[in-house]
Amino acid sequence: MTSTPFVEAPATHPLLPGPIPLRFVDEDGHTVGDPTRRLPEPSLLRELYRRLVVGRRFDKQATALTKQGRLAVYPSSHGQEACQVGAVLALRPTDWLFPTYRESVALVTRDIDPVDVLTLLRGDWHCGYDPYAHAAAPQCTPLATQTLHAVGFAQAGRVKGEDTVTLAFAGDGATSEGDFHEALNFAAVFNAPTVFLVQNNGYAISVPLSRQSKAPTLAHKAIGYGIPGVVVDGNDVVAVYTAVRDAAERARRGNGPTLIEAMTYRLDAHTNADDATRYRSDDEVERWRRADPLARFERYLRHEGVLDDAAVAEVAAEAERFAADLRDRMNAEPALDPADLFAHVYAEPTPQLREQAAQLAEELQ
Amino acid sequence: MTVTAEATTSMAQALNRALRDALTADERVVIFGEDVGALGGVFRITDGLTRDFGEQRCFDTPLAEAGILGTAIGMAMNGLRPVVEMQFDAFAYPAFEQLTSHVAKMRNRTRGKVTLPLVIRVPYAGGIGGVEHHSDSSEAYYVHTPGLHVVTPSTVDDAYALLRAAIDSPDPVIFLEPKRLYWSKAAQSLGTATIGQAAVRREGRSATLIAYGPTVPTALDAAREAESEGWDLEVIDLRSLVPFDEETVSASVRKTGRAVVVHEAQGFAGFGAEIAARVTERCFHHLHAPIARVTGFDIPYPPPKLEHHHLPSVDRILDAVASLQWDES
Repeated sequence: MTSTPFVEAPATHPLLPGPIPLRFVDEDGHTVGDPTRRLPEPSLLRELYRRLVVGRRFDKQATALTKQGRLAVYPSSHGQEACQVGAVLALRPTDWLFPTYRESVALVTRDIDPVDVLTLLRGDWHCGYDPYAHAAAPQCTPLATQTLHAVGFAQAGRVKGEDTVTLAFAGDGATSEGDFHEALNFAAVFNAPTVFLVQNNGYAISVPLSRQSKAPTLAHKAIGYGIPGVVVDGNDVVAVYTAVRDAAERARRGNGPTLIEAMTYRLDAHTNADDATRYRSDDEVERWRRADPLARFERYLRHEGVLDDAAVAEVAAEAERFAADLRDRMNAEPALDPADLFAHVYAEPTPQLREQAAQLAEELQ
Repeated sequence: MTVTAEATTSMAQALNRALRDALTADERVVIFGEDVGALGGVFRITDGLTRDFGEQRCFDTPLAEAGILGTAIGMAMNGLRPVVEMQFDAFAYPAFEQLTSHVAKMRNRTRGKVTLPLVIRVPYAGGIGGVEHHSDSSEAYYVHTPGLHVVTPSTVDDAYALLRAAIDSPDPVIFLEPKRLYWSKAAQSLGTATIGQAAVRREGRSATLIAYGPTVPTALDAAREAESEGWDLEVIDLRSLVPFDEETVSASVRKTGRAVVVHEAQGFAGFGAEIAARVTERCFHHLHAPIARVTGFDIPYPPPKLEHHHLPSVDRILDAVASLQWDES
């Protein structure tokens, strides 16, 4: 037997994520990494902060509404706000979002009326907002399926000569779905301007990441498709903003998709119906609480002099007004028209649907 | 109605012509799937389209059906009119989640804000000697899913007209192509059709045969044979399973008082059961006998050497007609 000549592989490859997650601001609110690296302008930093505060207050209010029975269910974003706020603000308002059920904070950051965002969860209808008015697809419950829609939408945009970028959200659990794989592969093969953002919060409801993947990081999967993979600190809003902005601009220039993995943590349970104490320890939750994306960013901004007490109070007051308005409007019962059940199945109801609609109308008389 | 110069056109050619004319008529139409580019599809339905219309309009994709349909959804959301090919009936199953959870529901989920005008072409059914997974009659899965239109031609003219109508439809259409009839030929007219209208292929007074897709020619053959038995059979070609043209079917059964539903798919919980139930509810007092069904057996599709036992035949249809309680009327 002769030994096969061994060619040493390079330690890194341009498509592989770096050795440590991209991070600008650490848990104590200090900048880290390359000191020559520029952070966004103070006005943008203040906007990121404002959206984080409002997003968190929205999330808290939605959880409270669920406890009051106003919502059927609410999948909390508490702890993951930096991923959603950073990503949305990194895009143009015309860039399309393809959110999952957990991206309510992203949709609120897109300035969609929070009542319309919660239509689904209040049980009034499925999608409560007009996707075309906000460049945001309906929130998707079947895992990873909408990542393919993001790719097709992006491809169509290029055919039409537009420079729209699409952002496909997914969680760590959804990376096990076949559609996630197919979406990355289609996006890569067709060079689609799609950014994939995986919020890795460590658990798919109760199942830990170790049961989803043996990859060194989820972003390592990117090289299998021939596209770049990036890991960012998902609790550092500046890191998420920067990674998504760079990936979006890369896509817009015609250089194809990017897979970004944002390391984060869901501080609340999966939904109000979940009992997180069955699968994770209080110590673990406490560790992540210390990495809280909002507290960290506020410390940094105060330290830098971008925020003072007055500015913090002003944003807090705005968030309270936002929550109070949401609470008031969610307490009103909307009038629902059962005829809607038949109105939007086809452009024109079939004869059979007309009969059924008439039957229901008669029952209601 | 224009009549083409050539005397005979195959169904495959008529479908190709429909795609060609749709690409010409509407720049939003895009065609994609597996092997639809340089090869022209395994059945050559997309023959020459990439050559004549370019890679942007007709292109090959990675071999992944959920990916094909999922990206088609995104394209339709963004203003295109995708026409995708699932290479064979049973190869469409990986796309089932995209179909049931998104294609069928998007209009409803968004109260009509987002609509998906797309066509999913599925070569279906057997009778061509295909090995396993190449001969399923999968229509029941589709007709059971609200939000989809389900269409299947049995003639060369309908292949053209219904496919054009499907591509122009504001709703998603499952377009089931009976592969056994791909090579059937007729003089083709480039006509139009309305989705949801059945056609009376043969008028008769004794009993009604209700068929669609690959079983329509079998039903017509049976009707010709039946003449010697003294039965004058009416043959209805449904053309569209959803919407189901209850009016045409019921009018025929009220006239004849007897009916046999013929389809290749397995009978248990098949589309024939729905037809029989509906027609019975509407026409009970006109019926001289229970509605009979001639369908495939409730078995996985057989291997090629045994498939003739499974497929509805003229004899089986005539046996069913004979069972319709003639003595008692």
